Amino acid sequence: MDKFRFQRSQLCIPYGLFLVCFVLAPLIVIIYYAFTDGEGQFTLGNLMGFFSSPNTIGTLAYSLGIAVATTCSCLVLAYPIAYILARSSMKHRSVVLMVFVMPMWINFTLRITALKEILTIIEGNLAYHPFMNTLIGMTYDFLPFMILPIYTTLLKLDGSLLEAAADLGADTVQIFLKVTLPLSVPGIISGIVMVFLPSMTNYVVLDMLYNSTYIMGSLIGAYFSAYDWHNGSMIALVLLVIILVFTLFTNRYADEDAGSSRGGVLGR
Amino acid sequence: MRTVRKIGSLALGAAVSCVFFGQTACAGEEPVILRVCSWEEYIDLGEWDEEETITLDNGAVIFGGRPLYEEFEDWYRETYGREVRVEYSCFGTNEDLYNQLNMGDTYDLVCPSEYMIMKLMAEDRLLPYSDGFYDTQDPNNFYINNVSPFIQETLESNEIGGESWSEYAAGYMWGITGVLYNPALVTQEEASTWEIFGNPKFNRQVTLKDNVRDSYFAALGILKAGELTDEAFVHSQDYHEKLADVMNDVSPETIRQAQELLNQLMDNVYSLETDSGKADMITGKIVANYQWSGDAVYAMDQADEDGFELKFAVPEESTNLWFDGWVMLKDGIDEDAGRQHAAEAFVNFLSRTDNAVRNMYYIGYTSSIAGSESDDTIYEYLNWCYGAGDEDEELMDYPVGYFFSGDNSDEDYLVRTTRSQMGRQLYSQYPPEDVMDRTAVMRYFDAEANSAINQMWINVRCFDIYDVPTGVWMALLAGLLALIWMGYRKSKRR
Repeated sequence: MDKFRFQRSQLCIPYGLFLVCFVLAPLIVIIYYAFTDGEGQFTLGNLMGFFSSPNTIGTLAYSLGIAVATTCSCLVLAYPIAYILARSSMKHRSVVLMVFVMPMWINFTLRITALKEILTIIEGNLAYHPFMNTLIGMTYDFLPFMILPIYTTLLKLDGSLLEAAADLGADTVQIFLKVTLPLSVPGIISGIVMVFLPSMTNYVVLDMLYNSTYIMGSLIGAYFSAYDWHNGSMIALVLLVIILVFTLFTNRYADEDAGSSRGGVLGR
Repeated sequence: MRTVRKIGSLALGAAVSCVFFGQTACAGEEPVILRVCSWEEYIDLGEWDEEETITLDNGAVIFGGRPLYEEFEDWYRETYGREVRVEYSCFGTNEDLYNQLNMGDTYDLVCPSEYMIMKLMAEDRLLPYSDGFYDTQDPNNFYINNVSPFIQETLESNEIGGESWSEYAAGYMWGITGVLYNPALVTQEEASTWEIFGNPKFNRQVTLKDNVRDSYFAALGILKAGELTDEAFVHSQDYHEKLADVMNDVSPETIRQAQELLNQLMDNVYSLETDSGKADMITGKIVANYQWSGDAVYAMDQADEDGFELKFAVPEESTNLWFDGWVMLKDGIDEDAGRQHAAEAFVNFLSRTDNAVRNMYYIGYTSSIAGSESDDTIYEYLNWCYGAGDEDEELMDYPVGYFFSGDNSDEDYLVRTTRSQMGRQLYSQYPPEDVMDRTAVMRYFDAEANSAINQMWINVRCFDIYDVPTGVWMALLAGLLALIWMGYRKSKRR
């Protein structure tokens, strides 16, 4: 028994090495650069700079704005689709679901390029509505990530609960608000996590849709190409902390609401 | 115990990698390994179709069979009887290359732009070319025998710390910046000034470049337009020195004005782009864009195929003369004479006229190589591209002597072409002498100015939080209050 355990722990070595090389070491490097200046001296100046510069605050606000707007529009679009699909007795509903998810199989750049042309036909000139275009692009890009977890959660929903609610006199709206919606919260949460976080830093969509305003990802890039690794690292670190707090918050919320049924988080 | 084991396995890994690297180092002693790093798509990779073969009037037949760096290995063996192996890699931007060098990547020969060459020179990281490289008697010294006198003079006249660039850099490709425009919608006059990017007539229909140096140059062109186009200034004795100073003005006040101006331009341009501008010109999304001469040629070719016309104009104020050059790095060569010889031979091989034509054909930019009196392959290539004979159109002689012999009135170097070539491909590849007269090289900015300009650019690009309308703030506040209220109700219910 003892010997067996010894062997099993050895299997962890590759993963351990992987974690050390590609997670821990880069993180240490980021922290090192974030808290040093050009001469390698310890400094809190970069941190102060982050919170006192209108640039970083403005960019943070803009990134959050895009992320929140994307998440909301994804949620508003995804929930009805997921609900209808999950509740319908359609024979080919997996085919319909596939149609919604299919864009994910096509190369991202190609999709956004096509979207760019379509938007140009509709709007004439894309430059007048950069924020809206970004929002459309992001929503288009991330919608499947919102549909799938909600759909999975709703699919697993125990139908007898709905029947019981109906027997006890609840009307359709009440059933939805008091039973279906609360029980689908884990799916919503994992959908939000999967849409909100990447949409904060995904600057490729902005670039391709001609939005020249920096978001967090592009601002880090700008500092790095100006050889200022220290401020760039600090922005990356602050972003990391924000994401960490956000994840902790959502996880806790999901735990509270759904108890052990966290199928939505994993099951997509 | 666990930690110890972990450390042990790390040490084992380190040992394995040491053995591995040790082996490659040993193997490196036989053929010289030359580590070359250049821009992407910046060397002919061969594999041409048969019908792409270029046959010139002087009898030269040019065909790209294999990548030039592979053919170099054979040429080096045949010429010098030594083995060389080229490790060819690419970089994306000058800044990327600089970061790579700082992170410990070692290269022997790299091809950055002029300002990065200046920076590397100032940091004492470059190795000067040997005297043998400049020996015009050696027939294998293709570079010094074939380089354009115009390029060589530019390199010689620019100095860093008392040393001219020509000692450290061998010119590769060069060009100018200007405005690519759609003549159906924009007049030549409108396009011949940097002010087109602020022209409200083309609101949201023009693009600037997505990099600070190019955009700053355009901003200077607008800010200093009055001075730059002043007759007295243009005809003054030391016009070129003064022009270079104006276009390299990095005083805090100028940077501040440039930021203000760029902020205004941002409200007028369609977008900032690096690559997409060419396609957007062709699809008609925009009517004019800030363009490098080589990319302008590419866009014009594409538009010709689609059956409409694009033209290239060079602003009257001034234009940016840029070039990329081969420089040897001290770190890489490491006082290895064999390696340095191979590096210099590589530059010479690329400077052989047929190889220069292959590169020009593949890349679309203009080579620094002009050929020599005994080898007019480059000039013949120009005639092959642009020469016209019995067309119905009006013909003209386009002088390119400034580039080929240093004398623009040289009658040996006139391209007989159609008048419509003015403002078109030939004009972009080899701009006329009056355009070349108003070119300025943009130098490297010192650390302080560099960080001020980068900061200026970040200021321009970042979202201004004061731009948020009051309504949005109110909505945000309302949303936040609603959230708090919901949380409160929930906790109370429990």
